[in-house]
Amino acid sequence: MEVIYILMPLAILLAAGALVAFMRAAAGGQFDDLDTPPYRMLHDDEADVPVPNPGTPSTPTPPPTTLA
Amino acid sequence: MVALTDSLFAEARNEQVDVACSHCGLEVPLGRIALETTEQFCCAGCQVVYTAIRAHGLDRYYCMQAASPGAPTPARLSGRNYLELDNAEFLDSYALRLGANLRSIEFFLEGVHCSACIWLVEKLARVAPGVVESRLDLGRTLVRVVWDERTTQLSRVAQALDSLGYPPHVGRDVKSRELRQLDNRKLLIKIALAGAGAGNVMLLAFALYGGSFHGMEGQYSALFRWMSLVIGLVVLLGPGSLFFRGAIAALRTRTAHLDLPIAIGLGAGTIAGTINTVSGQGEIYFDSLTGLVFFLLVGRYIQRRLEQRATDTVERLFSLTPSYARLRQGDTVREVPIEALELGQLVEVLAGGSFPADGRVVEGESSVDLSLLTGESRPVTVVAGDNVFAGALNVARPLTAQISALGRDTRVGKLLCLMQDCAQRKAPIVQLADRFAGYFTVASLVLFVGTYFGWRLLDSRHALDHAVTLLIVSCPCGLGLATPFAVSVALGRAARASILVKGGEVLEKLISAPAHRSSVFLDKTGTLTDPGLRLIEWHGASNQRPRLEAEIAALESKVNHPVARALSHLQPTDAAHLPLSTELLQASGNGVEGKVDGRHLHIGSEAFVVAALSDKHTINTGSFFPQWATDASQATSKRGNTPVWVAVDGSLAAIIGVGSEIRSDAKSTIAALQGRGFRVAILSGDDPTAVRMVGAQLGLDEMQCHGGLTPEGKVQFVEAAAGHGPVIMVGDGVNDAAALSAANVGLAVRGGAEASLTAADAYLGRPGVGVIVELLDGAARTMSVIRRCLWVSLGYNVVAAVLAITGSIGPLGAAILMPMASFTVLAIALVSRTFDKTLTHSVTSGAEWEASSWK
Repeated sequence: MEVIYILMPLAILLAAGALVAFMRAAAGGQFDDLDTPPYRMLHDDEADVPVPNPGTPSTPTPPPTTLA
Repeated sequence: MVALTDSLFAEARNEQVDVACSHCGLEVPLGRIALETTEQFCCAGCQVVYTAIRAHGLDRYYCMQAASPGAPTPARLSGRNYLELDNAEFLDSYALRLGANLRSIEFFLEGVHCSACIWLVEKLARVAPGVVESRLDLGRTLVRVVWDERTTQLSRVAQALDSLGYPPHVGRDVKSRELRQLDNRKLLIKIALAGAGAGNVMLLAFALYGGSFHGMEGQYSALFRWMSLVIGLVVLLGPGSLFFRGAIAALRTRTAHLDLPIAIGLGAGTIAGTINTVSGQGEIYFDSLTGLVFFLLVGRYIQRRLEQRATDTVERLFSLTPSYARLRQGDTVREVPIEALELGQLVEVLAGGSFPADGRVVEGESSVDLSLLTGESRPVTVVAGDNVFAGALNVARPLTAQISALGRDTRVGKLLCLMQDCAQRKAPIVQLADRFAGYFTVASLVLFVGTYFGWRLLDSRHALDHAVTLLIVSCPCGLGLATPFAVSVALGRAARASILVKGGEVLEKLISAPAHRSSVFLDKTGTLTDPGLRLIEWHGASNQRPRLEAEIAALESKVNHPVARALSHLQPTDAAHLPLSTELLQASGNGVEGKVDGRHLHIGSEAFVVAALSDKHTINTGSFFPQWATDASQATSKRGNTPVWVAVDGSLAAIIGVGSEIRSDAKSTIAALQGRGFRVAILSGDDPTAVRMVGAQLGLDEMQCHGGLTPEGKVQFVEAAAGHGPVIMVGDGVNDAAALSAANVGLAVRGGAEASLTAADAYLGRPGVGVIVELLDGAARTMSVIRRCLWVSLGYNVVAAVLAITGSIGPLGAAILMPMASFTVLAIALVSRTFDKTLTHSVTSGAEWEASSWK
């Protein structure tokens, strides 16, 4: 059971690591706004360049085809 | 393309199919339906925004908007050039410098409402090159923009936001907002530290408890105890110091604060735990103490977030008051910040702009919308020599005014001061739990001393053990959590039902008002009646009416004026009357002149139509206008409606009465309130006769209808009634703002002015007044949930205290009992029903919804 002298501080160290990570995130303002991010993550990523042909908002998905 | 438009038009013509606005999806007034294109717009604002969005390839906005819930709103833009934002002094005081060329600023945005808006605002860089980053905080409608000074100017950025339909307002209070944010982050870090510490100590404690039942080698138990001590001290001296400071402050001011017993409990536990750890025997308490710190901090965090929501609303109000003026010096006009204005200077106010200061018109003729000050929705005609007031909206044509009062000396400034005074004079917020605190503190201290000395006589070895156990169990963990948690759950549910309540104390005040002694005062315009105007009566040949209505709608849709807007919504009963060509010849604040399908129309006030016709025919007006017209016109004004005269090809065709309609749920709401015992009365700035007319329709007698009241008069009324019992005031305008703060509880209705939202304690976000009853019922249910929570946690405390005093439980039992108390309280708060849409359902008609979004 002497291994506990190594395991316990190790466990505490791990917890401290997670704690420091959270504190840095909080101090960096990542928890200031809790309303917007849940919506923001729903927006698809896209290249931030003007679309050459603005006009077709989205292409309709083709009807499912049966396997021949 | 042409065929498509033709068929669309024919559809609208023959089948009465509503044409939806390409931007906002609302119905397009017939007069605005364009022949040449498939893209239809309900107003000019929507057209500008739609064009801007398409031009920058941001079409995806419409796909996302369709997928997100929320009522559509037509775009409103200011169309300003925002040049005052480029002023170097302005930038230095409001914009942060991030590097050599980068700066950042925060804007409050109008019109942000859904997740698609987030996407659009954050794509600002496409519309305004030079923007490096834009991030929106949806909850506060605050956007932070970082821009490159070399490539763009802030005015361009603001113009771009405006062109997307989100007019920006500079957030003035940058420093305090930043301080609050830092405070928030610090508290969050404290919670993290306390939570991590509590969790780890709890794990160690489980091992120790296991050891105490099944035996554990001395060296390991010593290790666990010493580790608990180290972690416990970190938590108690770090995040826990908050309570010690609170207790010291309470001692200095000699008040019994909830922090005091908490601090004594924490202190005694820490000292006893440390001694026991060092001596190697007895309990160490750190598991209970760290858990306590964590739970109490979470409760505080919830409370603070609620308070900040209220502060944000106040800030938004100040950002909405005009921050710039068009100063006229000689022949040049330039935009200056409002602080630079001086008495006697000339300012120009364009149509659609609001006055930056009180003053006297020296040039121009226009109509002015004073609804901000008087609540009266019909604009007043002003000519040179008339007085105008800051905050009033110039509706028709440019005016030049000489400044006579500035800032706080203006009428609206005085009103805002009055509002602040009233808000400060309100009784200090007394939280339900705080009322317990005094007794609680004294009781736990007496019991602590009693237990300690009692046990010294019986068993001196365990005296401190029992006494500290008592302090732990009597720590008001659940008690401290109950109120903030139950309130935040209820407020969240209310918000989902579109009722925004500013804090728990509002719910408490609502329910502590005994119905038989309380009064409910309702504002008339915009509260009991629909915001915006409608056609109420029609005098004239009825066989002419369908065709004439279509022609009036077509002509008036070209004009921006409240009365015109009401008339542009007339829908012809027979679609064959839809006019094909409309030409606007002349428009002023008093009326319009135009040609529709070859017929020459004059629509406007009596004076306008009479003058126009006399010009053409040089006739004797007395004989020209039949008696019925004069009678109808007088009767219309007597009923509180505005008479609009209509002449076709030089002869009088009809008199239309335009006014506001009583909301469909107003009568049932008043009956429901009276049924509960409330005294209901109307307080209005409108003409007393008109107020009595409305009151009669709602079942209120003359004694309960008070008209012709100034904003100050409303406050006096509320204060006089407050002598007899609690007062609930419901209103929507700036003219109600002071009365809303003066009342015990002020409720602002949907579509109200920003000032009324600030002054009010709750905002009813759904159209109609039926929500008032829903709010009262929800508040009653919430208070009973809070009481239940308090009784349960108090019950736990009493039982545990008895067990601790008799020595039946040690700190182990206490450590199990106390979290259980907290969890029971949380469960009760979560499970109980408070504000559920299914409980009280208020009927909202589609027409009403549309009317309110049109304001």
